[in-house]
Amino acid sequence: MAAKRESLSDKIAIDMTPMIDVVFQLITFFMLTLKSVISEGDFDIRMPLGASAGAAPEDLIPPVRVKMTAGPSGERTSMTMNGQQVGDFDDLRRRIIDLVGTGPGSNADKTEVELDCDPTLKYENVIRAVTAVSGMVQPDGTVVELIKKIKFAPPKKR
Amino acid sequence: MARKQRDGPARTDIDMTPMIDMTFQLITFFVFTLNFSTAVQDDRVQLPTSQLAKPAEGPSVEPITLQLMNDGRVIYSGEPIALQDVGGYLENEKRVMISASKEPSSATIIVRADGRSKTGDVQEMIKVCQEKGFERFVLRAEYDESK
Repeated sequence: MAAKRESLSDKIAIDMTPMIDVVFQLITFFMLTLKSVISEGDFDIRMPLGASAGAAPEDLIPPVRVKMTAGPSGERTSMTMNGQQVGDFDDLRRRIIDLVGTGPGSNADKTEVELDCDPTLKYENVIRAVTAVSGMVQPDGTVVELIKKIKFAPPKKR
Repeated sequence: MARKQRDGPARTDIDMTPMIDMTFQLITFFVFTLNFSTAVQDDRVQLPTSQLAKPAEGPSVEPITLQLMNDGRVIYSGEPIALQDVGGYLENEKRVMISASKEPSSATIIVRADGRSKTGDVQEMIKVCQEKGFERFVLRAEYDESK
């Protein structure tokens, strides 16, 4: 009787130790190979060879010239669009929208933006200007695309 | 005596089930976040941020990444080089492409420039690439999710 009771209560004990060892090794491996990847995106720019002679004949509308000047430490001192003073990048976007319009019938596909920057200007201003002219994020998160053709004016001699 | 013998070998059984469950969940998480992308990212370059810099759907065609640091030097395949030496390295890239019967103009130059670097340096770098026959450029920016 005593023997029978003992055999009933006997559970087959699986030794978990090797499995847990391996599992923890796997965790460690994956944790150490984890790379926090910052999501990055690209802006296309049109830089054909011979940029000065590369004005495509189908471009009916002359390029919008965005000119930015820089102060001694590279900060942006002024910005003009087609010769008119522009306050900030939101203002630039508003003017671009006024110029090309949005939705169907927009001239955004036919318009080109030429960025003319002082050589000492900090590059982040260029990206902010490119962002301002190339699209608009609406409050609901959708993106309205504006001008996609962006080029640099030929660099000035320093 | 008998009672003592029973107490001795009695082991406290720890229930392993929740721990193993959690551990497997962690493994699953890390497996899914494992990133096989070979995208070049370098801490020496602080990209400017942009709300419109949405990640591209597919990999670029024949990408060549040039990273411009704050001090005007260029990181090419992990090594910092001077801006005026970029042309020589690109000449090699061009030769490799031509020997593989590809046109240099089909390559995409990914410009990862630091937000604090000078626009003139970026333009200089692009100009050097153009002189070597590269025509397609993308400006890379960090996606800003704040707004």
